[in-house]
Amino acid sequence: MKKAKKWYDYLWIVSALYLILGFFNILFAWLGLICFFVPLAIAIISGNKAYCNRYCGRGQLFQLLGERLRLSRNRPVPRFLKQKWFRYGFLIFFLAMFLNMLFTTYLVAAGASSLREVVTLLWTFRLPWHFAASSAASVTPWVAQFAFGFYSVMLTSTVLGLITMALFKPRSWCVYCPMGTMTQGICQLRHRGEAK
Amino acid sequence: MKKRFAVVDTALCVACGCCVKVCPRQAITVPKGIFAEVARTQCVGCGLCAKACPASVIEIMQEETP
Repeated sequence: MKKAKKWYDYLWIVSALYLILGFFNILFAWLGLICFFVPLAIAIISGNKAYCNRYCGRGQLFQLLGERLRLSRNRPVPRFLKQKWFRYGFLIFFLAMFLNMLFTTYLVAAGASSLREVVTLLWTFRLPWHFAASSAASVTPWVAQFAFGFYSVMLTSTVLGLITMALFKPRSWCVYCPMGTMTQGICQLRHRGEAK
Repeated sequence: MKKRFAVVDTALCVACGCCVKVCPRQAITVPKGIFAEVARTQCVGCGLCAKACPASVIEIMQEETP
């Protein structure tokens, strides 16, 4: 029995489009903040993970690539990946890298360093990204710097997600996704003291 | 025949909702965003959720005969 598709079952197109647009104009990276604030807002206001459960375009994209296009080995993830210490450890690491990116943006805003037109993959590899920076000159430098930094975060997590999608189950990323861990934590706080 | 049903390891569930999407009987939900819950009256133990679960924390169990 196939379920009828809803509008939100096509959000993977938005996720794919986001990654593609970043190759043409880095300022589109700012739109990624939606995937940052919407899940948090839903968790805080409604106390559930409707974002993960329904609207996450990235999850849908991994599902599509892994299942429909058969790019996944479909094996269980290693045990450590789903443990609390790893999930929260990865969240803390991710947030630290995020703060580091915000600090770089601040340095550019304060005039202490100049704009670097690079996308940093896996927090290590600096990829020249000047080809998507044609419009970066028309905005305040820190606005462009944040775009490069945020796109780095999004591309890095997509690459990690693609690797685990190929090695394990399609949506293995969901197991250690920092946003997922954070929203689950918020839900736990919101519902503490309630009967199971 | 013994009834089969899905059981979620709630301590390790990441509440992603992959199971909800594949369940043909709407027997599994993530009501509070913390873990998935199985409605035993609805579940037929088909195992689709267990197969889809990215964390592999769903198992199909068999009812004990009294």
